[in-house]
Amino acid sequence: MSDISTAFALAFQLIVVLDAELVDIVGRSLFVSLTAVIIATAIGLPLGAVVAVYRFPGRRTVVVILNALMGLPPVFVGLTVYLLLSRAGPLGVLGLLFTPAAMIVAQAVLITPIIAALSRQVMRDLYEEYREQLCSLGAQPRHVVQTLLWDGRLGLVTVVMAGFGRAIAEVGAVFIVGGNIAHVTRVMTTTIALETSKGNLALALALGLILVLLAVGVNASAAVLGGVSAYRRA
Amino acid sequence: MAILPLILKDVSVQAGGRILLDRVSLEIGAGPKTVILGPNGAGKSLLLRLCHGLIGPTHGRVRWTGSDAAQARQRQGMVFQKPVMLRRSVRANVAYGLQLHNVSSSERGDKIRQVLERTGLAGATDQSARVLSVGEQQRLALARAWALDPEVLFLDEPTASLDPSGTGAVEKIIQEIHESGTKIVMTTHDLAQARRVAEEVIFLHNGRVAERNDPDAFFTRPESEAASAFLEGRLLW
Repeated sequence: MSDISTAFALAFQLIVVLDAELVDIVGRSLFVSLTAVIIATAIGLPLGAVVAVYRFPGRRTVVVILNALMGLPPVFVGLTVYLLLSRAGPLGVLGLLFTPAAMIVAQAVLITPIIAALSRQVMRDLYEEYREQLCSLGAQPRHVVQTLLWDGRLGLVTVVMAGFGRAIAEVGAVFIVGGNIAHVTRVMTTTIALETSKGNLALALALGLILVLLAVGVNASAAVLGGVSAYRRA
Repeated sequence: MAILPLILKDVSVQAGGRILLDRVSLEIGAGPKTVILGPNGAGKSLLLRLCHGLIGPTHGRVRWTGSDAAQARQRQGMVFQKPVMLRRSVRANVAYGLQLHNVSSSERGDKIRQVLERTGLAGATDQSARVLSVGEQQRLALARAWALDPEVLFLDEPTASLDPSGTGAVEKIIQEIHESGTKIVMTTHDLAQARRVAEEVIFLHNGRVAERNDPDAFFTRPESEAASAFLEGRLLW
């Protein structure tokens, strides 16, 4: 019991004094996950909108695949990206393995389907409501896509936050492709795993607390925005 | 240059094994306000959507036959029973249609002001369209359609969910749109409204045009049994 309270005390101390190692790790985590979210959003939102609006052969299959990929196991994504980026792999020449770039790629692969599938649902619902009116006003499918992305913005922010939540909390993929190298590819989740196994509970706990705070913050923002969105929709 | 007349030839619509519109042949020309009257389920909304090109017929043809028929898509508008409001301001809702029609931004401003004044929404220009009352939303839907100066405006039970004063305001706007030279084609199941608005009545029953008449004749000496029954409030199946 005293171990835990000591760990808590140390954790708070690390947070309060902004311990250099802690800041380094949190900063890298945010950099990797935010970059991955930006990439995944840039691909996922238009993809979701196109699948929601355009009719093309195989659309159902695409939807099923997107939905299935939402549950991709991070370790599997990590392994696949590892194989692609390893020396012998097809993208080995890029020399990205065990760099933050590799971690960004892995997280982007992991959350792009989440953002695409969830945003497709948001825009599909909106499209049901708008379809006849937009068609009546003479909107072409590309106008419809733009309109849905803009008018669905509040719901879509929630989707992006869900993607961020998944990325920042994920450990398996970044561990495999990043290698958890101190000051290079060490992020919050990999550090927690490592420090816990070493018995250094204070740093692990401090990072854990920050991770929880981030998760709560992101979810609270999503809930607030979702609430505003629902109000506007009413 | 006109897109009218609109000609429907032997048009049928089937869905789920049911015949919803049955060999409808109609010619709709410029001029009088046409009211498509009939009980619920007669196929009024469907007929209007078909005319507007939102759905296609199972059989038959729908054709714009005016000299400018190629521009038909751009020259017609529709207002729905439940107004569809974009999640934007009142002004942006009107601007949206104008942008799609490639109206220049300077012209857009004037046009928006003009239609919002005519529909009594000038004071709500910057409000979110979603927080307007249903009556105001329907007036905005009319303003949005009117701003595009359509040659034909289809109105699908535009007052079905409005109170009497809201209904009055909408009917007044419809009259002004008519006077500005737009052909009005409106559906309703409300006899009193049909009497107030119609300059020509098309009576629809069970997916068929049972009668087409001028309102005086229709309301006093209906030619079809179905129309007599409807006017007398006898239930139609």
